[in-house]
Amino acid sequence: MFFTYLRRELRRRRKAALVVALGLALGIGLVITVDSVSSGMDQAQGKVLKSLYGLGTDMTVTKAAPASGTGSTTRPKFDFDANSSGTSQSSDRVMVQGFQTLSSSVVSTVGKQKDVAGAVGGLNLQVLKINGTFTQGQFQQRQGSSSGGGFPGGGGSSSTPQGEVKGGGAQFDANSYTLYGVDVSDLSMGPLTSSKITSGSTFTAADANAKVMVADSAYAKQNKLKVGSTVTVKGTKYKVIGIATADSGDAAANLYLPLKQAQTLSSSASKITTVYVKASDSQQISTVKSEIQHNISGTTVTTSADLASTVSGSLSTASSLATNVGKWLSIAVLIAAFLVAGLLTSSAVSRRVREFGTLKALGWKSGRVTRQVMGEALVNGLIGGALGIALGLAGAFAVTEISPTLSAQLGSSASTGGGQGGPGGGAPGGFGGGARQAASKTLDVALSAPVSVGTIVLAVGLALGGGLIAGTFGGWRASRLRPADALRRVE
Amino acid sequence: MYQLSGVTKRYRRGKTNVDALRGIDLTIADGDQLVIQGPTGGGKSTLLQMLGALDRPTSGVIEFDGTDLAKLSEARLTKVRSENIGFIFQSFNLIPTLNAQENVETALVPMGVRPADRRARAAAALESVGLGERLTHLPSELSGGQQQRVAIARALVKEPKVLLADEPTGNLDEGTRDDIMALLEGLWRDRGLTFILVTHDSTIAKRAPRLATLRKGTLTVRESSRT
Ligand SMILES: Nc1ncnc2c1ncn2[C@@H]1O[C@H](COP(=O)(O)OP(=O)(O)OP(=O)(O)O)[C@@H](O)[C@H]1O
Ligand SMILES: [Mg+2]
Repeated sequence: MFFTYLRRELRRRRKAALVVALGLALGIGLVITVDSVSSGMDQAQGKVLKSLYGLGTDMTVTKAAPASGTGSTTRPKFDFDANSSGTSQSSDRVMVQGFQTLSSSVVSTVGKQKDVAGAVGGLNLQVLKINGTFTQGQFQQRQGSSSGGGFPGGGGSSSTPQGEVKGGGAQFDANSYTLYGVDVSDLSMGPLTSSKITSGSTFTAADANAKVMVADSAYAKQNKLKVGSTVTVKGTKYKVIGIATADSGDAAANLYLPLKQAQTLSSSASKITTVYVKASDSQQISTVKSEIQHNISGTTVTTSADLASTVSGSLSTASSLATNVGKWLSIAVLIAAFLVAGLLTSSAVSRRVREFGTLKALGWKSGRVTRQVMGEALVNGLIGGALGIALGLAGAFAVTEISPTLSAQLGSSASTGGGQGGPGGGAPGGFGGGARQAASKTLDVALSAPVSVGTIVLAVGLALGGGLIAGTFGGWRASRLRPADALRRVE
Repeated sequence: MYQLSGVTKRYRRGKTNVDALRGIDLTIADGDQLVIQGPTGGGKSTLLQMLGALDRPTSGVIEFDGTDLAKLSEARLTKVRSENIGFIFQSFNLIPTLNAQENVETALVPMGVRPADRRARAAAALESVGLGERLTHLPSELSGGQQQRVAIARALVKEPKVLLADEPTGNLDEGTRDDIMALLEGLWRDRGLTFILVTHDSTIAKRAPRLATLRKGTLTVRESSRT
């Protein structure tokens, strides 16, 4: 009888059922759309963060560059032969970029920590190449002229800053590019993971001492590098074995080479600038962070969350819109829908006072009548859920179809060579320290609204919840009816 | 069957009290027919609610087959209703979304009758009130008289001891009224029911073997020689 009665009621009071269902559908549809849009936002942010971090990294460990004044370590000095007047000379200066170095033992210290799944070190370097001629007697080597002279404050991340220093009859071309020393024994983390090898091959563990490089595609194009080309740094020849294209179109470095080679070039044996850390449990990230800070003093630990907070631009605006306004709006609409469904159900019961009174007079237990009302409300909820899922899918589909483009700006502190955050940009002592840090990155990301199974499960849950709430309103009302109401004359 | 003594019912309406029944003493034997009449607001429906275990009196004793209905819990009253009492209402009170057969079946639901038996018994009950052809009709597809016949089938399908009717012909035209009354009297005679009927209809009241009149909550009974 339960199902017969239920079926008959729903079929013959279709309109009333539909009104309740539509109210719930609106709320649930909104929740699905907002939920999928904000997970689209998360994905977009994830893309941005991935371009900085590489895959699979939960946090980085760095040590901030020293403030100016103690910056002598990073300040370049060139030794030119002042006697060979009129001849062309060239000098490479390889500097650690942006950070103070850490001992590579930090990697194993962090790696042994609880809840750490893996740790990999890397070394960020900047090479400053000066080519030029000068005439004896006319060149005055002054610090002011070399650091302040012809160098632009910051170059685009993929364009190499070029400058010309003219002083006292000397003419120099300055050319700088970035190097990243890759730990070839573990390629699962680090900035190279956010690039695809589009030509040649990447490093293998056997390349630890090899004089090989992987070039970023943009830099390779600019400098006409191909697989097999040779790059000379500080007199050492490196063979390009692969071309890597960054997923986001924005590479972490111009050239990648094995860590050992990078350490040798910069005379910083057993030094690194960055440790990439993967936590074994994403819930433990903040614990791991504070543990690292405790174990290795003076370091900066940057998590994805820290990085995300430096993202600005329309992406973060839209993202906060989706997570704040969207969330509250859909919660408000949902509560309103639940209330309306409840009140409608309850008023439907009052219109059926005599019907339920009669059933009670016939000997139906109160619980059976309540169950009937609950059942109807639950089915209404499920119909609302189905309609809501359809609405929500349509909304999410529309967003994905339109796929609005959002731009993400990363704070200047997050734009250093390796891509990791770090306050190094604050005080560029010489041109090595600040070259890239002054620039902030802008990435364009297309927004999509992926609907996950979780969202659908949530929607079904909400539908059941809405039905249950409505049913509770109505059922409570029905349970309070007296059997004597069957004799009531006025409806 | 029934033994009422000192039954009162007081309704509270805000600050004012309405004494719908003021000390009713009444005995109704098995298989009796009692017709209750009286002016509107006299307490007829209220008394019927007491007899039908729909409500409890404010004070007094309503002995039904040896148990005092005034002292039973709501759950026990529900059981008494489902097993022993058939109701017929002035406005039929059929479930509008259920067809004739399903409406009759609702009376068997609380007794736990299996669905197949339920359908068969409902069909037979409708047959006995002359609606064998109308099993799948909705109430809205039936005339007033036919609707009341469905309600009668619903009241009797569980074979109750008592049949209570509150102005069963109040909403019917004269011809239909006579049909329904004839049907009810026939059923009362054939089945040995205890039949309590509230009516405004003086012709019915005149024919009644036993007539009770309720005025302002007080009952007077006129016995007439049985015909
Ligand atoms: N639920 C209630 N709450 C308050 N007062 C009530 C309630 N039910 C009945 N009454 C009052 O009790 C008195 C008796 O009502 P009852 O319905 O029994 O009269 P009745 O004899 O059936 O009248 P009618 O012939 O019009 O049906 C009336 O004054 C009525 O207003
Ligand atoms: Mg009445």
